[in-house]
Amino acid sequence: MFWEQMLTVAFLGSVLGAGVRLAAPLLFAALGELFAERSGVLNIGIEGMMLFGALCGFLGSYFSRNAWIGLLTAMIGGGLLSLIHAYLSITMGADQVVSGISINLLAQGLVTFLNRAIFGLPMLPPSAVPFTKIEIPLLSKIPLLGPLLFSHHALVYVALALVPIVYVTLFRTTFGLRVSAVGEDPRGAEAVGIDIARTRYICVILGGMLSGIGGVTLSLANLNLFKESIVAGRGYIAIAIVMFARWNPVTTLGAAFLFGIVDALQMHIQSLGIALVPPQLLLSLPYIATVLFLVSRAGASSAPSALCVPYVKEH
Amino acid sequence: MSGIQQHFISSPSLGRLVKGLSRLPRLLLSVVAGYLRELGVGLLAILAAMVVVGFMIAAAGLDTLRAYRALLEGSVGSINGISETLVRATPLILIGLGIAVAFRGGMWNIGGEGQFYLGALGAALVGIYLPPMSPVVHVLLALLSGFTCGGLWAAIAGYLRARRGANEIVVTIMMNYLAAFLISFLVSGPLRDNSRLIPVPQTPRIVDSAVLPRLIPQTRIHAGFLIAIVAAVAVWFLLERTTVGYSIKATGENPEAARYGGINVPLISTLAMVLSGGLAGIAGMSEVTGVHRYLLEGISPGYGYLAIAVALFGGLSPLGVILSALFFGALMVGAEAMQRAVGVPVATIYLLQGLVVIFVLARQVLLRRRRILDLKA
Repeated sequence: MFWEQMLTVAFLGSVLGAGVRLAAPLLFAALGELFAERSGVLNIGIEGMMLFGALCGFLGSYFSRNAWIGLLTAMIGGGLLSLIHAYLSITMGADQVVSGISINLLAQGLVTFLNRAIFGLPMLPPSAVPFTKIEIPLLSKIPLLGPLLFSHHALVYVALALVPIVYVTLFRTTFGLRVSAVGEDPRGAEAVGIDIARTRYICVILGGMLSGIGGVTLSLANLNLFKESIVAGRGYIAIAIVMFARWNPVTTLGAAFLFGIVDALQMHIQSLGIALVPPQLLLSLPYIATVLFLVSRAGASSAPSALCVPYVKEH
Repeated sequence: MSGIQQHFISSPSLGRLVKGLSRLPRLLLSVVAGYLRELGVGLLAILAAMVVVGFMIAAAGLDTLRAYRALLEGSVGSINGISETLVRATPLILIGLGIAVAFRGGMWNIGGEGQFYLGALGAALVGIYLPPMSPVVHVLLALLSGFTCGGLWAAIAGYLRARRGANEIVVTIMMNYLAAFLISFLVSGPLRDNSRLIPVPQTPRIVDSAVLPRLIPQTRIHAGFLIAIVAAVAVWFLLERTTVGYSIKATGENPEAARYGGINVPLISTLAMVLSGGLAGIAGMSEVTGVHRYLLEGISPGYGYLAIAVALFGGLSPLGVILSALFFGALMVGAEAMQRAVGVPVATIYLLQGLVVIFVLARQVLLRRRRILDLKA
C-alpha cells in the first residue's frame, strides 16, 4: 500500500520536480560558498546572508510589486553582509569562523528587528509578488523529465544555468586561475603580481550575493512568505555540500540535487499521511543526511590549502 | 651592600619571596589594568551598539531615551527585575562557559542549543521517573544526568571531528535541529503528560525532591544560579591550574605543536567537546528543575545561540562569560519592559546583541593588530 502509493510516475515526477526546486536555494548558496572557499576564505556567515537576502528580496518585491526587483535587493542585501565578513577576515585578519558566526548572530538580530518593525506580528503572513512557474512548451509534458527540468520558476533555470558558468569561470578564465592560486598558495600568487585582498574581496562578495539569491529563492519562489526561521540551517547545509562535492561546481550540482531529493521525499511522505512514521523523524532526514554525507567523505584532502588562513603581507 | 642584605639574598627562598613581594604591586596593577582594558572594550562596544540601535528606534518614530530608561528599570530597577535578570543569565553562563571551553580547545561548538535540550531531557527523566528521595541526592542525580546527556550529544560531533575529520561546525548545527525534533517527538508522544483534560505537548511535573530551591521568596531566582557560579570557578580552575586545561588550550592554539609536544590531540579535543556539551546540559537541567519543573517543546528561547555571543563577548574567559551573561540576561528582561513602555519590539535586543558582538570583534582585532605592529616596531 505504502509502496504502491510511492511508485507511481506521478509521485516520482513530483518528487523529482520538488527535489530540483528545493535544491535551487542550496545550489545558489553552495556556489557562492565555493567562490569564497576557493579563494581561501571560509564563510560560515552564508546562513545569515541567506536569511538577510530572503528578507531583503521579499521586501523588494513587496514594495515594488516586481519579483525581479526583489532578486536585485536580495543580492544587495547578501552582498552588504558579506562586505562585513570580507572586511573583518581579509582586511583585519580576524578569525574567519568567529567573524562568520558573528555575522550570523547579527543577521538574525537585524532580520528579526526589521521584520517585526515593518510587518509587526500579523495573523496572516504578508505576501509579495513571487516568481511564478514557467512551463516550457512541449518539453514540460515529457513524463519524469518534464517535471524534473522544464516546469519550474525562473530561479531554478537561473541556478542550473549558473553551474556551467561558474565552472568555466573557475577553470577556464584568468580570474578563476587567480582565485585558485590565491586559495592554494597566496604567497606565490602575490609574487607573480596577484592582488590577494582584491581577489578575496571579489570572491566573498560574489558569494554573499549568491547566498542572497539563495535566500530569495526561499522567500519569493519556493514559498511566498517570509518568516524568521525560513533558512533553517540551509546555509550550513550548503557548506556541507561544498565539502562533500570537493570544491567542484559540477559535483556541487549533484550534491545539492541529492539534498533536494531527500527534502522532497520527506515532504511527500508526510503528505501521504502515513501514521507509522513520526513527522519529526521525517523532518530530521535532511539534517541526518547532512551529517552522514559529511562523515562519508570527510578528510579535507582537496580543500584549498590556504582555507581559513588570514593573509598577512610581508614587507 | 650590607651584611644583612647579603644574608637575605643569599638565602634562596627568602630572596625569591622578597623579590616576588616587591613585584606584586606591579603585577596586580598590570592584571587589573588588563581587566579594565577588557572591560573598557566591552563597554565601548555596548555603547556603540546602543547608539546605532538608538538611532534606529528614533527613525521608527519612537522615544529612544524613554525606551532605554525602561530597559534599565525593567532589568535592574527592582528586586524582581534583578531576579529575572539572574534567571536568564543562569543558562547563558553555563552554556557560555561550555562554548568558551570548546573554542579555547579549537572546537567550534555551535551546538549549545541541542546540548541544552538533551541536558533538559536527561534531568527531566531523572526528575519524573525516579521515586522521591533526599533532595540533595535527587538534584545531584539530575545534574549528573543532564551533564551526561549533554556531553554525550556533543561527543558525537567531537568524535566525528577528531576521528573522521567531519567539520564540527556543520555537525553541531545539524545536531541542534535533531535535538529539537527529538524533544518535540518525545513530549508530544511517549513522554506526554496524559493526565490533563486536553493534553498539551509537555511532560508530567518532576517530583518535589528534584526541584531546585528558590533563593528569594516571591521571585524566580533559583539555586541554578549558584551552580553556574560554581561551574565558572571550576572552569577557571580547569583551564588555568590543571594539565588537562593546559592541553586543551595548547590544542586550540596550535594542534600541530600540541601533537609534537606529546598531547593526544583527538582525545583532548573530544574531551573539550564533551565538557562543553556537559555544561550546556547542566544549563538544561537548571531550567527544568529550577524554572519550569517539566520538559516542554520550546524550553529554550534560543539560549544556545545567544550563549555564543555571550562567550565571544566575554573573551572566552570564565569571569568575562559571567559578566557578559549578566548583561545579555538584563537585555532579555529589559527588552520586555521596553516593549510595554514604549512599544519598541523585543526583537530590537537581538539587533543590539548582534551589533555588540561585531563591534567587540572589530575592537579585539584592532587591539591585536596594534600589538603586532608594536612588536614589529
